[in-house]
Amino acid sequence: MAYNFKEVMSKPERLAPGHRMCAGCGGTIAVRMVLRALKEGDKAVVGNATGCLEVSTFMYPYTSYEDSYIHNAFENAGATLSGVETAFHALKKKGKIKDDYKFITFGGDGGTYDIGLQSLSGAMERNHDMVYVCYDNGAYMNTGIQRSSATPMYADTTTTPVGSCSNGKMQNRKDLASILAAHDIPYVAQSTFTNTMKDLYTKSEKAIYTPGAAFLNVMAPCPRGWRYDPADILTICKLAVETCYWPLFEVIEGKWILNYEPKKKLPIEDFLRSQGRFKHLFKPENEHLLEQYQQEVDRRWEELLFKCSR
Amino acid sequence: MSIRERMSGNEAVAFGIKQVNPDVMPAFPITPSTEIPQMVSTFIANGEIDTEFIPVESEHSSMSATIGASAAGARALTATSSCGLAFMWEELYIAASDRLPLVLCLVNRALTGPININCDHSDSMGARDSGWLQVYAENNQEAYDNFLMAYRVTEHKDVKLPMMVCQDGFITSHAVENINLLETETVRKFVGNYEPENYLLNSDMPMAIGPYANSPFYMETKMNQRLAMKNAKKVILDVCNEFAEISGRHYGFFEEYQLSDADYALVMIGSAAGTTKDAIDNLREAGIKAGLLKIRVFRPFPDEEIAAALKHVKVVAIMDRSEGFSATGGPIGAEVKAALYDAGADVIAVNYFYGIGGRDYTVEDAEAIYQELIEIGNGTKKPEQFKYIGLRK
Repeated sequence: MAYNFKEVMSKPERLAPGHRMCAGCGGTIAVRMVLRALKEGDKAVVGNATGCLEVSTFMYPYTSYEDSYIHNAFENAGATLSGVETAFHALKKKGKIKDDYKFITFGGDGGTYDIGLQSLSGAMERNHDMVYVCYDNGAYMNTGIQRSSATPMYADTTTTPVGSCSNGKMQNRKDLASILAAHDIPYVAQSTFTNTMKDLYTKSEKAIYTPGAAFLNVMAPCPRGWRYDPADILTICKLAVETCYWPLFEVIEGKWILNYEPKKKLPIEDFLRSQGRFKHLFKPENEHLLEQYQQEVDRRWEELLFKCSR
Repeated sequence: MSIRERMSGNEAVAFGIKQVNPDVMPAFPITPSTEIPQMVSTFIANGEIDTEFIPVESEHSSMSATIGASAAGARALTATSSCGLAFMWEELYIAASDRLPLVLCLVNRALTGPININCDHSDSMGARDSGWLQVYAENNQEAYDNFLMAYRVTEHKDVKLPMMVCQDGFITSHAVENINLLETETVRKFVGNYEPENYLLNSDMPMAIGPYANSPFYMETKMNQRLAMKNAKKVILDVCNEFAEISGRHYGFFEEYQLSDADYALVMIGSAAGTTKDAIDNLREAGIKAGLLKIRVFRPFPDEEIAAALKHVKVVAIMDRSEGFSATGGPIGAEVKAALYDAGADVIAVNYFYGIGGRDYTVEDAEAIYQELIEIGNGTKKPEQFKYIGLRK
């Protein structure tokens, strides 16, 4: 079915307004868009790892979720939802419930790349019929911008602060989508907010309606942690894709598919310059760091092209 | 009709699970509880039950998935021991505060440091304040019976708390003894169907569980857990009475063995009670009024009832099978002493440690303890607190 932005955006919200997430937060944009991909009338149980999203959307006695919702802890969104999904099958088998359900859980990169990796890996390997969505903003934002293994190289965070002896985080970011693809699950995709949300919407729809385990890695910028004007979020997402910092791809039944190839790959500086966390890289004495950054982006892009048989 | 069999404690609990036929069981292997999920998996593989088993990748995930399944509306359970329980620690509190009526079949084993696969109670005693009901067994029969009664308590509308059904690692879990089993039909009728009030998969009423609740609401949550724990006392006794009707076996918060006229008593939990009973039989033959109070229900803690049962005793030794590292007493010692104090009971109480990490506890050990209590009672010996029984010299 052709993507119709107007139609998609006029579907009823499943994350009600009134929650306490920041203006310009990528996390809530991701949640609203993923949940929009549910067909109207289809029931879902939504899960959450502890993080900004959880503490801001389910503050007792209020919930923003129109669907049934479970938060358990930081590191176990995968395991928790695998229990819910299994209960569904058990109760269905015994004739105790009639309706069908979809199972979708959201975790930030801290709860997904780091502390929740084991629980996620287990749930995916067991191939529960669920979607795990990582809204990746590249740091522990809820606790105040500490580095995670998703934090990009040289980012200034509160545990990798830039100083006279430090250029920020020294390591490359973990390639989680590849790790999940290596689980040989039916569907893995990486997305962000581009192309009037078509990429994220269609991938969410595939993830939700593909039987078995699915993983979506969604770059979801954080104005507080990345230090940009909230109005610039879509520009930043576009630059992430056009510089090949955040490529859009899918891995369907083990087959890698590149969804978008920029006609003219933009230099990584264009993406980095848009954010305060990389400000130090633009000092004249740090020119070599930018060169190194470009090399790393190029290396990963070439690797991806190879995987996608391009 | 009761069925006479020979079974280990693990077999007995697994058989109980088969009879109850719960909906979901996530579990992860750890000695000595591993056999329970193994046996359940075999029942499933042979089509004997339709429980869904989740072979999770850790104990943290087994409790997480049990919580998810229970919140979804399923009758759920898991099994573990020792470090497995320690790894679940965070989740234990969440299960209790979410008021989920799930069950954990715990096979008690020493916590690592150094690694030790044998029995003590440091695992479950470490979790004693997590908001879980805790019931302990002396033998395979009690492990089976306690499991059959578990859901009747946890799912009761006045309780809605999770329960740890504990048995001693290897001593109970692996030793094969005679057992009386109930007919499956009788068990299913007794346990009944689970009809949760609120659950995630209720299409008429979606539910949100696991909120962020700061200072304006957190304290009320804890007060409600406290009330549920208090309510559990009545529910446990009611369920015990009903269970006696179908099984002929009578249970309460604790068992009194030769206690009503005893001058010297031991208080303990678990399999060592059997050894102590043998010692009591020997001592009674010699005219010594020895008795035992074996705690079955440790959470909720039956403080007033224990104090009332002990208040006529001259000297009591409260026996802990786990260290507290408070540099004073162990958990049972501290709580029983507090109960005696609150009741104004004039009883000399000593608190000893025994069986730590599976150290043998023999009939001779028990007799020697009673001998000491006699000497303390007649003033020839001063009470010595916090001794380790059976420590290498």
